[in-house]
Amino acid sequence: MSERESMQFDVVIVGAGPAGLACACRLAQLAQEQGREPSVCVVEKGSEVGAHILSGAIIESRALDELFPDWQQRGAPLSTRVTREEMHLLRSAGSAWKVPHALLPRAMHNHDGYIVSVGNLCRWLATQAEALGVEIFPGFAAAQVLFGEQGEVKGIATGDMGIAADGSHKDSFTPGMDLLARYTVFAEGCRGQLGKTLYARFGLDAQADTQHYGIGLKELWDVPPPRHVEGLVVHGTGWPLAGDTGGGFFLYHLENHQIAVGLVVDLNYRNPWISPYDDFQRMKHHPLLAQYLQGGKRVAYGARALTKGGFNALPTMHFPGGFLVGCNAGTLNSAKLKGVHTGMKSGMLAAEEIAAALGQGDQGGQDLSGFAERFRASWVYDELQSSRTFAPALHKLGPLLGGALFALDQTVFRGRLPIALHDKTPDCARLRPARECEPIAYPKPDGVLSFDKLSSVFLSNTSHEEDQPCHLHLADPSLPLGRNLAEYAEPAQRYCPAGVYEIVGEGSAQRFQINAANCVHCKTCDIKDPAQNITWVAPEGGGGPNYPNM
Amino acid sequence: MKVLVAVKRVIDYNVKVRVRADNSNVDLANVKMSINPFCEIAVEESVRLKESGAATEVVVVSIGPKAVQEQIRSALAAGADRGIWVETDDTELSGLAVARLLAQVVRDEQPGLVLLGKQAIDTDNNQTGQMLAALLDWPQATFASKLEVKGAEVEVTREIDGGLQTLALTLPAVVTADLRLNTPRYIKLPDIMKAKRKPLATTSPAALAVGPGTGVKLLGVTPPTERRGGIKVESVAALVDCLKNQAQVL
Ligand SMILES: Cc1cc2nc3c(=O)[nH]c(=O)nc-3n(C[C@H](O)[C@H](O)[C@H](O)COP(=O)(O)OP(=O)(O)OC[C@H]3O[C@@H](n4cnc5c(N)ncnc54)[C@H](O)[C@@H]3O)c2cc1C
Ligand SMILES: Cc1cc2nc3c(=O)[nH]c(=O)nc-3n(C[C@H](O)[C@H](O)[C@H](O)COP(=O)(O)OP(=O)(O)OC[C@H]3O[C@@H](n4cnc5c(N)ncnc54)[C@H](O)[C@@H]3O)c2cc1C
Ligand code: SF4
Repeated sequence: MSERESMQFDVVIVGAGPAGLACACRLAQLAQEQGREPSVCVVEKGSEVGAHILSGAIIESRALDELFPDWQQRGAPLSTRVTREEMHLLRSAGSAWKVPHALLPRAMHNHDGYIVSVGNLCRWLATQAEALGVEIFPGFAAAQVLFGEQGEVKGIATGDMGIAADGSHKDSFTPGMDLLARYTVFAEGCRGQLGKTLYARFGLDAQADTQHYGIGLKELWDVPPPRHVEGLVVHGTGWPLAGDTGGGFFLYHLENHQIAVGLVVDLNYRNPWISPYDDFQRMKHHPLLAQYLQGGKRVAYGARALTKGGFNALPTMHFPGGFLVGCNAGTLNSAKLKGVHTGMKSGMLAAEEIAAALGQGDQGGQDLSGFAERFRASWVYDELQSSRTFAPALHKLGPLLGGALFALDQTVFRGRLPIALHDKTPDCARLRPARECEPIAYPKPDGVLSFDKLSSVFLSNTSHEEDQPCHLHLADPSLPLGRNLAEYAEPAQRYCPAGVYEIVGEGSAQRFQINAANCVHCKTCDIKDPAQNITWVAPEGGGGPNYPNM
Repeated sequence: MKVLVAVKRVIDYNVKVRVRADNSNVDLANVKMSINPFCEIAVEESVRLKESGAATEVVVVSIGPKAVQEQIRSALAAGADRGIWVETDDTELSGLAVARLLAQVVRDEQPGLVLLGKQAIDTDNNQTGQMLAALLDWPQATFASKLEVKGAEVEVTREIDGGLQTLALTLPAVVTADLRLNTPRYIKLPDIMKAKRKPLATTSPAALAVGPGTGVKLLGVTPPTERRGGIKVESVAALVDCLKNQAQVL
């Protein structure tokens, strides 16, 4: 396309999440140290930084301590410390067993953590980056990777704006731009759209285990002051997840009488009748959770996939002209379910590798494999590796301690403790035929603690330009009805947390409907579709949820 | 001709508005803010006037705390030439207070045309443009859906109940933009970068010699009563019965 304009930067970063922004800040700091003008650009598909960020979150400040040792004076939004934590096993809709603190593995201790909104952390990181001279462009999605003559990555193209649903150009049509870079850092988070193509092109995951995922659903509640205990953290697992379905809930008491409550369901679940959304809704009725939410008001809803493969699933993170960082590479520590500090650190390490090269006059496009060494020498590597060997190491502690933990895992958590295993079956291939599984009768939402999907999507402030091509591509449009419906009762109707996929009509009028405008960009469909037929691509920039402090 | 455009920072139209628990005001904590859509249309129109040669300079002004600079910057990225920020702590200025401050900016800047949105989507007052015209004693046209500068006049087509009205105003004049005046363009990346380097002057009510106080005080905000869930009825008879006895509307 000859009409496209282009701009050149030293570094282009895709995604203004914790990983991308930490990378940007570190690059700008190092450029200053080297006496160079920073030439760093960040594109973000959300309408503003933080609009598409959804996390728990308890974070460890380790990476931030390194990036901005004076973050407290700079006003970073980390103000609520974890003051008390509880872990429960929900045994049924009404009963729970509180796990004694002494029995919890160290990885599950959070007393050093801060309860934060990662969206607000990103907004703050963005102001720091801009003050350091980084250009941040929210409302622009990276739609395509640009390659040079040697096959190296040489930047990205932003998406065209103003294309009608039928593909024609509207009056407002504005072509995307080529953003050229010496190095491009892909920090799209879990299941990045461009990252996925890079894995395939460069065989980045050739040596790694299959990646595994979870879907996290979350709500924010304003609760009456008497029910609020700032700093209290409640975790648990068990009911309502059935049988061999892994996952767990979190309930964090933030500042300003807000509670973040959420459920993570492992996407390797087998029963196609499972609806993570409905499990989340009914879970809030358990007295352990309901006691805090009763009398409160739900103010926000959203969902996002996360990576769970951990160390064993880490891909090669460098390739000619670029890097994968953060959850786009799967740096989340699955034993702790924490990915912010590790994601940030991976971005900072990429920044250091790039700055070292640029400082020596590198013109870009190289495969900076020194990153692998840098990564291996860092605490992220140690941390992720020790989580991998988490279970075996504990076994080595001898029959007493190891056995106790084993028993805890097996009898109390029924194998659901997040222990890294070599599970080589991808999540999309795990579903059993619907006829072999028990359909699940989820209770109707009561409109007080639990709600229907549409009123939830409403609270995600999701909006997309209506007249644009569908951003959920079906490789074979006949598969949803032809195969998925017959075999798996089309699970997209249930795993999508925003009601995007529907089977409507009867008999010959039956069709598969995609309500793309509702999509909250969680990426679950791209992961879990048993036919691997759905490809998520970024819609027109600025579209998607508008999360507040999620 | 110089065009002056006033833009307001408001809660983004995609955001579901919430009222604070104490009913003191709308809850703006952690909420996405944007340029008022009608102001965005006014900016677009002024840039089109410049592109067509009818205007020589577009000056954008916003009144409020530091954060309103974001909205000035986005107007600059859309094509305005320079910005004026009137710094106030108050985010709840009444239409009259805004009109008084704008009137003083207009006296200093001497534009040939002032464009505003017809109303702001947060407080829906639909007053500022009208009061500004009165304070300046200038001709005004509200709810513009078409605008054409013809020599010393501006011809404005207005949307009125059941039809259109076309007015000719002698310049200088005040015009407020309605939804169908234009569709704002997509902003381009290089223009966002350029906008960062465009001039943005700061002034204050004190510097403009405009006193505070307009005799209006916000007492409270109440959300609409929540809609109760619907029910399904089995038959027409049951429906009639429900309408009569439960809803009591028959
Ligand atoms: C429910 C839940 C609870 C969690 N709890 C915790 C916790 O307690 N502690 C913790 O440390 N971690 C937690 N995590 C994990 C943590 O949120 C992630 O590890 C972290 O956000 C990853 O950061 P990232 O920058 O790699 O990606 P993300 O945070 O996903 O950010 C990616 C950004 O890139 C943008 N983007 C993506 N693609 C494009 C594109 N093509 N063009 C332009 N922009 C693009 C996205 O809009 C987004 O803003 C949780 C996650 C979930 C889902
Ligand atoms: C720039 C601008 C100009 C405006 N101009 C006018 C004007 O000229 N005239 C006027 O009357 N108003 C105008 N408005 C006001 C605006 O149009 C109103 O907010 C709108 O009319 C509200 O309609 P709604 O309630 O149908 O929409 P919404 O608020 O979007 O719809 C809410 C209802 O629809 C449901 N819903 C939403 N999305 C879906 C979905 N995907 N699937 C199923 N259900 C869904 C929700 O559950 C809810 O019940 C304007 C607003 C702006 C920002
Ligand atoms: S369509 Fe896909 S990405 Fe969008 S909300 Fe549904 S599952 Fe998530």
